Amino acid sequence: MSNKPLAPAIEGWFTMDEQPQLIGSQCCHCETYFFPAQNRYCRNPDCDSTEFREALLSRTGRLWSYTNACYKPPAPFVAAEPFVPYTIAAVELEHEQMTILGQVITGVDVSDLKVGMDMELVLETLHETEEDIKVTWKWRPMAAAITGGNAQ
Amino acid sequence: MSREVVIIGAGMHPWGKWGHNFVEYGVAAAREALADAGISWREVSFVSGGATVRCGYPGYVAGATFAQALGWQGTEVNTSYAACASGSQALAAARNKIMAGDCEVALVVGADTTPKGFLAPAGGYRPEDPDWVRFYLGITNPTYFALYARRRMDLYGDTLDDFAAVKVKNSLVGSKNPRARYRKCFTAEDVAASAMVADPLRLMDICATSDGGAALIVCSLDYARRIGKGDAPRIAAISTVTPSFASAVVEMPDIATDSAAAAGIEAQSFRASLPVKAYEEAGIGPEDVDLAEVYDLSTALELDWIEDLQLTPRGEAAQWLRRGDTALGGRIPVNVSGGLACFGEAVPAQALAQVCELTWQLRGQSGDRQVEGARVGITANQGLFGHGSSVIIKR
Ligand SMILES: [Zn+2]
Repeated sequence: MSNKPLAPAIEGWFTMDEQPQLIGSQCCHCETYFFPAQNRYCRNPDCDSTEFREALLSRTGRLWSYTNACYKPPAPFVAAEPFVPYTIAAVELEHEQMTILGQVITGVDVSDLKVGMDMELVLETLHETEEDIKVTWKWRPMAAAITGGNAQ
Repeated sequence: MSREVVIIGAGMHPWGKWGHNFVEYGVAAAREALADAGISWREVSFVSGGATVRCGYPGYVAGATFAQALGWQGTEVNTSYAACASGSQALAAARNKIMAGDCEVALVVGADTTPKGFLAPAGGYRPEDPDWVRFYLGITNPTYFALYARRRMDLYGDTLDDFAAVKVKNSLVGSKNPRARYRKCFTAEDVAASAMVADPLRLMDICATSDGGAALIVCSLDYARRIGKGDAPRIAAISTVTPSFASAVVEMPDIATDSAAAAGIEAQSFRASLPVKAYEEAGIGPEDVDLAEVYDLSTALELDWIEDLQLTPRGEAAQWLRRGDTALGGRIPVNVSGGLACFGEAVPAQALAQVCELTWQLRGQSGDRQVEGARVGITANQGLFGHGSSVIIKR
């Protein structure tokens, strides 16, 4: 195991807490949420607001759909050698009424998943650099039977 | 509608991986379309090109590039770029010009040469670019199609066999299309033996990118009558409507959907909004459609489109497929050209290629791929961020 410090893969997109949350924004007028954060113009066609506040998004949601990546994506993805396939989820957040993509934690396969399952946001390694370990948000099934592994 | 616009010529350069300059394909397609219309290049007074962003500056000004290659003769030009919907927007520009009485005959043309390998975004650290973000996080094009496919499986009970059956159906009919790139009849076993790319989609469930060119000669009904082609297929509708906020289906290259949290906002999918406007403009309903050319970027996506076009009730496209209702000779044949499964995608040409196919079908010229008695055809395709186009052609 590496003892390099942890650093967010994308600065300012999620909190680095034990119980991490995605950092989005919310329109001060119509309450529409945005992820990634949108602070310049509101995309609600009935709202012309330019005022936004930071919004920490719900940590849990329901699985909208899922798949995996059997082949190594091109750069800027940084793949481990040898490449290990990973699972991907689209999760619906009930309060925000939006769906957010992300990898699923290591060790969870598509055969472990089903549309509608409860999912939770966690942090896990995306890749390592010379200086640090880049972590990103990933989705984890909340069902006790599915533990996965290697979660930060 | 002030003036009707008809299609008197259609032409295509065969799809493949030829590696030539895109202009060559566009010129070949244009010349075939002109010959098909039986008119000379000098009759054309407006050239509307679908742009390609992969072939340098000439691709950005495609309308002028094709006009120059065919020989400057003083036409007006236009170039449209809308990813896969580029051809439809170029067609809409020509149709509008003719409907406004500003032009009698227009050439609409799109062509592309695709680079080898993955289309990767520019490097660096660029989190403001959604395309960079999703690749960095490991989300590629097949991810999106696989998410839609898996949802069909969990919601409607579609199976891997169903997706393979789309490929088998399209390759069977595409094998008879001399313009198609892939002309082998694949079996369900072939599909099952191909490598899993993004579960549940295998390599043979996902379309390739191709070189190709397609062109149409469109004109006013008056002009068509004057040259004895008054019964040519008419463009009954072109829909390029956007989805309505909040779009509920995550679309390439986005990492998240819109939020529907605001009061009075309803979450909706984009694919369903395109045909609604097309049907309304054409003054017909899905029950009037004889055949459809839809954007099968993946096998499973063909099933989504069939439902979005309201050709079957939501969730039932796979049942129709199993009964042979979407095959040639069935109730509503879909992708009798062979679809993207047999062509591969040549971005700015693809929407026009769909209309070429409908034109030949409505004229009854499709030989052993002919849909008997075809009078009405519809196309559907999609660009990035969930916009696309749908065109209805009527005889
Ligand atoms: Zn707002």
